[in-house]
Amino acid sequence: MTLNLYSGNGRLAVEAKEMSVYYGDFRAVKEVSLQVPQKAITALIGPSGCGKSTVLRSFNRMNDLVPTARVQGAILYHGNNIYADNVDPVEIRRRIGMVFQKPNPFSKSIYENVAWGARINGYKGSMDDLVESSLRQAALWDEVKDKLDQSGFSLSGGQQQRLCIARTIAVRPEIILMDEPTSALDPVATLKIEDLIQELKKEYTIIIVTHNMQQAARASDYTAFFNMDADRAGYLVEFNETNDIFTNPAHELTEQYITGRFG
Amino acid sequence: MTRETFDRELKKLNERILRLGNAVEEDILKTAVALKERDMRTSREMIAVDEWVNTQRIEIMMAAFTLIATQQPTGPDMRALAATIEIAGELERIHDYVKGIGKISLKLSETALPVSSAEMILQMAATTSVMLQQALDAFAANDAAAARAIPAQDDEVDELYRQISYDLATMVIQDNAAYENVNLVQWAVHNLERSADRVINICEWVVYKAVGKYVEMDSEYEAPATLPSH
Repeated sequence: MTLNLYSGNGRLAVEAKEMSVYYGDFRAVKEVSLQVPQKAITALIGPSGCGKSTVLRSFNRMNDLVPTARVQGAILYHGNNIYADNVDPVEIRRRIGMVFQKPNPFSKSIYENVAWGARINGYKGSMDDLVESSLRQAALWDEVKDKLDQSGFSLSGGQQQRLCIARTIAVRPEIILMDEPTSALDPVATLKIEDLIQELKKEYTIIIVTHNMQQAARASDYTAFFNMDADRAGYLVEFNETNDIFTNPAHELTEQYITGRFG
Repeated sequence: MTRETFDRELKKLNERILRLGNAVEEDILKTAVALKERDMRTSREMIAVDEWVNTQRIEIMMAAFTLIATQQPTGPDMRALAATIEIAGELERIHDYVKGIGKISLKLSETALPVSSAEMILQMAATTSVMLQQALDAFAANDAAAARAIPAQDDEVDELYRQISYDLATMVIQDNAAYENVNLVQWAVHNLERSADRVINICEWVVYKAVGKYVEMDSEYEAPATLPSH
C-alpha cells in the first residue's frame, strides 16, 4: 500500500515514531508510527479506550500535564524530537495549538479571549487587526463584530467553539489539534465547524479526534484507525486516505469498525 | 454484532436482485425461442412483463437510496449498495432488449426466419442467459474470481453475431425484397449481443462489490491468474 501524501503539499507536519505512552505502569498507547501530512486534515478514529486522544495529546506534549504520563519513542516536528530535553513545551504548544471537546472561553470579553494568547506571547502588531483576522478565519467575525466587549459566555455553544478556534489561530500555530471539537454541539453548529476546518486547512495542519465516523468521512483527508489490544493498549491499525478507509479499508478490523459491526 | 436492521435489509435487496435477475435470464431465452417459433403470444408476454421489470428496478433503487440515507453505509456495505443499484439498472436494460426482440417478433411477417440464423440466434440467447446466471451466482456468493471468469464466454456471442450478420447480408444480396425482415432480425441479434455486454457490466460490479476495485472487462479480458488480495 503506497500512501499518497500529496493531497496536501506533500510535506509532513509532524510524525510519531514508534511512540508508546504510559500512565504509570499502564501502557495506554503502543508503538504508534504515524506521518501526518501538512495542510491537510487527519482524523483519528477508533473505539473508546483505543488511545486516540492520548496520541493527539502527545503531539503537543499535553500529556506532560498528567504527572504519571511518560512517552517513549519520538514525535518529530521540523526534524526534532519534541520530547528532547532542550525543548520548551510551552513553545511547542504555541506552535501546535489545541481545541477541546467543550468550548472553554475565558470569562473575559470576546476581544480579550482572542487577544490573550497573542498578548502573552509578546505580539507587537496591531491587536485590533489580529483579533479581526482571527475571528474572520474562525468564521465568527460577522456574528460578533458589534459586541466584541461582551463576555465570551454570551455566545452560543457553536460560537464559543469558534471563539476558541479564533483564540488558537491568533497565536499563529502551524498545527491545530482538535479533540472531539463538535461533540458538545448541535448538528448545525457541527457542520459550521466542519466547514470552518475545511477553510483552515489552507493555512494549518489539522489533526482531529472524533468518535463520529461520519464526521471523519465527511471532513478529513486522511484517517488513522486505532484499536485497543488484548492488553488494553491502543495501537494504530490502519492509516490511509479517508476515501480509501471508508470505501475499501485494507484491514478487516477497520472494515468492521467503519461498517458499525464493532466498537 | 450490531447493524442487524441494515444486514436484514441488505439481504432482502440481494434476494430481490436475484429474483429479478432470474426472471431476466429466463426471458432472454424465452424471447429468442418465441422469435424463432413465431410464437406471438410469448412475444407479447415479453413486452408486457417489461413494465414489471422496470418497477422492480425502481423499487430496488429506492430501497437502496433509503438505506444510504438512513444507515450511512461504508466499505463493503456501501459497495454492496452501489453494486445493487448498478446491477438493477443493467438488468432493466437487458430486459429492454428482451422486450425489443418481442416487438421485432410481432413486426416480422409470417415468414419463417432463415433456418441457420434461427439456430444461431437461439445459441446466442442460451449463452447470454447462462452468462447471466453465472453472474448472478457470483453476485450471491460474492465471488470475484467467478465473476472474472465469465466475460471470456462473450467471444462466442460475438462470433455468433458476426456469422448471423453475414448470413443476413447474404440473404439481402440474393433477394432485395427480404431487406425489411432481415433488418428486423439484425436488430434482434444486435439486442442479444448488447445483452451479453451488459452481463459483463454486471460482472464488473460483482468484482467491485467483492474486492473494492472496479475493473473494466471487455470480451478480450482475461482473468488474471492470481487475484489481487483484499
